[in-house]
Amino acid sequence: MYLKAGNNQLLFKYHSIAQYHQDLLTGTTSCVEAVQHYLQQIDARRHLNAYVNTYGGEALKRAAELDASRKAGKPTGKLHGVVIALKDVIAYKDHPLTAASKILEGFNPVFNATAVDRLLAEEAIIIGHTNCDEFAMGSTNENSSYGKVLNALDETRVPGGSSGGSAVAVQAGLCMVSLGSDTGGSVRQPADFCGVVGLKPTYGRISRHGLIAYASSFDQIGIFAANVPDVALVLEVIAGPDDFDSTGALQPVDAYSNLTPLPAKPLRIAYFKEALESPALDNEIRQSILEFAAKLQADGHTVAPVEFEYLDFIVPAYYILTTAEASSNLSRYDGVKYGHRNLAKNNSLTDFYCATRSEGFGWEVKRRIMLGTFVLSAGYYDAYFTKAQQVRKLLVDKINLIFSQFDTILLPTAPSTAFRIGEKTEDPISMYLADIFTVFSNLTGIPTISIPLFWHSNGMPYGVQIMTNQFSELYLLQLSQLWMQQFRHAG
Amino acid sequence: MSINYDEYEIVVGLEVHAQLLTNSKLFCGDSAAFGGDPNTHISPITLAHPGTLPKLNKKAITYAVKIGLACNCSITRHNYFARKNYFYPDLPKGYQLSQHTTPVCQGGFVTIRTQEGTRDIRLNRIHMEEDAGKSLHDVDPNNTCVDYNRAGVPLVEIVTEPDIHSGDEAYAYLTELRKLLRYLEICDGNMEEGSMRCDANISVRKKGDTKLGTKVEVKNLNSIRNVKRAIEFESKRLIDILESGEKVIQQTRSFDAGNGTTFALRTKEDANDYRYFADPDLTPFVVTDELLHEVRASIPALPEERVVRYTQELQLPDYDARVITDEKELAVYFEQIIEHTKNYKAAANWMLGPVKSWLNETGGSITAFPVPPATIAALIALIDSNQVNFSVASTKLFAALLKEPGKQPLQLAKELNLLQDSDEGNVAAWIEEVLNKMPDKVAEYKKGKKGLIGLFVGEVKKVSKGKADPKLTNDILLKKLQ
Repeated sequence: MYLKAGNNQLLFKYHSIAQYHQDLLTGTTSCVEAVQHYLQQIDARRHLNAYVNTYGGEALKRAAELDASRKAGKPTGKLHGVVIALKDVIAYKDHPLTAASKILEGFNPVFNATAVDRLLAEEAIIIGHTNCDEFAMGSTNENSSYGKVLNALDETRVPGGSSGGSAVAVQAGLCMVSLGSDTGGSVRQPADFCGVVGLKPTYGRISRHGLIAYASSFDQIGIFAANVPDVALVLEVIAGPDDFDSTGALQPVDAYSNLTPLPAKPLRIAYFKEALESPALDNEIRQSILEFAAKLQADGHTVAPVEFEYLDFIVPAYYILTTAEASSNLSRYDGVKYGHRNLAKNNSLTDFYCATRSEGFGWEVKRRIMLGTFVLSAGYYDAYFTKAQQVRKLLVDKINLIFSQFDTILLPTAPSTAFRIGEKTEDPISMYLADIFTVFSNLTGIPTISIPLFWHSNGMPYGVQIMTNQFSELYLLQLSQLWMQQFRHAG
Repeated sequence: MSINYDEYEIVVGLEVHAQLLTNSKLFCGDSAAFGGDPNTHISPITLAHPGTLPKLNKKAITYAVKIGLACNCSITRHNYFARKNYFYPDLPKGYQLSQHTTPVCQGGFVTIRTQEGTRDIRLNRIHMEEDAGKSLHDVDPNNTCVDYNRAGVPLVEIVTEPDIHSGDEAYAYLTELRKLLRYLEICDGNMEEGSMRCDANISVRKKGDTKLGTKVEVKNLNSIRNVKRAIEFESKRLIDILESGEKVIQQTRSFDAGNGTTFALRTKEDANDYRYFADPDLTPFVVTDELLHEVRASIPALPEERVVRYTQELQLPDYDARVITDEKELAVYFEQIIEHTKNYKAAANWMLGPVKSWLNETGGSITAFPVPPATIAALIALIDSNQVNFSVASTKLFAALLKEPGKQPLQLAKELNLLQDSDEGNVAAWIEEVLNKMPDKVAEYKKGKKGLIGLFVGEVKKVSKGKADPKLTNDILLKKLQ
């Protein structure tokens, strides 16, 4: 499996963490070999622009140390030698962190995100930071100060966003697994566009300490991988309470990696009728979801449509609340303490702030700061912010009601397959509306995964979202694993 | 035409910011201590590095509840922090975390005493918030520097209703409030260092009017006296404006302690829209029954309560009771003395006399006073049993005790030969000696100049080196001179 080719290139093939660990134990491969392989691949596919920084030297050094330690018979960590990429919004001590924004140029965090600490403690190897939309704001990865990321399956298409780089890094085999962040679909939608698995856990399941905030009450670190067991193992390592994040959940962490098959009993599966009837939804996608539902029904499960009368409110509510929080979260980038600073002689403090922030932020970020400032301002607060909070409350009530009657909800991940590059940049409203199926999970906090079950006639992959109740990640992953095995169409 | 200022009523509301004496800041573990070299009490959280999150300091909550209970407030059970959004270099996050909509304490009052009597100043609210850093304009000629040591230090803001009607009342209120904060050991109340800060909202109206006049807010009041001065100056200025037929403009002004005047900082048009909303990085916190009981149990006897006890149970004069309760440590010391003596008035006299003099002379606090309270009680016992007279005890013996505070007064009095002599033979001998020395005076006395008795007593005291029992001296003298 790891033969050397004629040009002496390593033919490292990655399937899963479990397989890799077995190969390490039998000596078929080594951590160094794995890291070398990924560094070569990253180099060969630099034009995809998936990474903004790679840490090759230190990754190799760490790989060698891990190899030595393993060979010396020392116990190995759960993620021993697993090569992982981080979205450029997750802090890795003494490594650049910019959120793909000019305003954070030159910034090096002085601490690790809790998720990173936990990865490292289980002997993972961080290979680099991946590209993304600036401050995780975007659905195409076109809003990055490092330039756009290309979809490896069709380079005229976007990878989705905002965690586009992390999705492509897994899609194109530039790492084993990657972390992203999901505020309104930023893990699930690029996973869908790139044909990989993307999980957004329950809000609070993974500490946000060290995750650059976009919208605090929505943000959650998510995981990309080629398969469900890899996602499960990484989640098991990084989930759990953290003293640094008081919004983190105190629920105990299940052994997510123990994906025992679900007992064969009929499931109660819901789908949103209005969502599948939405005119914005691509016809092929609609058809395959309906066929999928029909197969499940044929297998003896209950599949039923539920009324979802709030569909038209969720995108507006999402954009009002997230931009409101963002406008405040991004106030700290003012050029005073770190990051970009306008050095001209400014007449006043206000001039200084304006110059610094005008230069530092890109258009999409500015648009959202303005929107958020507007919806919180006196005179508009009740009409927008308060109303959106009420919608959010209704949605939470609705989800509780649904999960009192159903085990899971099925929903398309995106209304279409990956957009063409530039297709949506001139029309932010239509871009925002494309988030219609993903923002629901962030508004309500429930865990949701996108699994790549289907292929479109246009040659692109797409998936389906599976949603379950709060903190039922183990069940969600078991279900995903089952359906990936049963229903995944070969590409 | 002269202005009749008495036709006007002054209406003042005070906002006091008190820095809480917690070890760490309100939302992180950095030291909350005053001072320190610039930017030494900071961490990524204080500096609002990307990805940092706040974590609430539970101690600060108990402190805020403490002052609330001491001020008779009702305690809010479900609380959250809101973000107050504005840009300023000393505000690292670009917003201040403050209990905008759910102040932890509501209502309540503080009782003040002025020459006009006793009155309750009603409170509107007490809420928690984090302090900002400090902009330093005098460190570098070309730049403003920022020190973030103070950023995130917990504050309570104590807001009165517009219930104060003179500079004197403001003075009394602040003195009382500071006393409470110090009694509770939650703030050192040092206005010069800024650990207690006060803004005054001042307006005036014709007596009998029910509508409040347009207010001005006066800032930079760095002592209780300056608050009083600022109110007196500013209310007069406002009355002068109204009397000249003009209108008061709502504005923020600063007090210039140098010349006792105020000057305009900004007008209302510059007001910020703070865009308050609940901080999504913190979960709401609940003041539980347990916490409330725990805090209530930890509150020491407050000054008013002690004054009542001292005047009623111990029969002390009101003046004595107030002086002793002015600082908790003084009261505690006094109460330790009376654990060892029943002569409460004597204990109070020692507090108000020799002990207070020592505090004034040394500028020290009672906690640094070397003589143990039980020793003061022993001194009182020596006097009460006629073994030492008060004047000897309060001068020679007290001075000796300050040098050797570990010694027992009786022992020391013996060593220094200060014990009174009550032996009739000895006293009679000293009297004999004195009377023999001044036969003329004795003759004059016998002729009716009875006032000379004082001279004889004094002479006996002199020859006995103060040891002769004064009462016995008097008795024997009277007999001998008959």
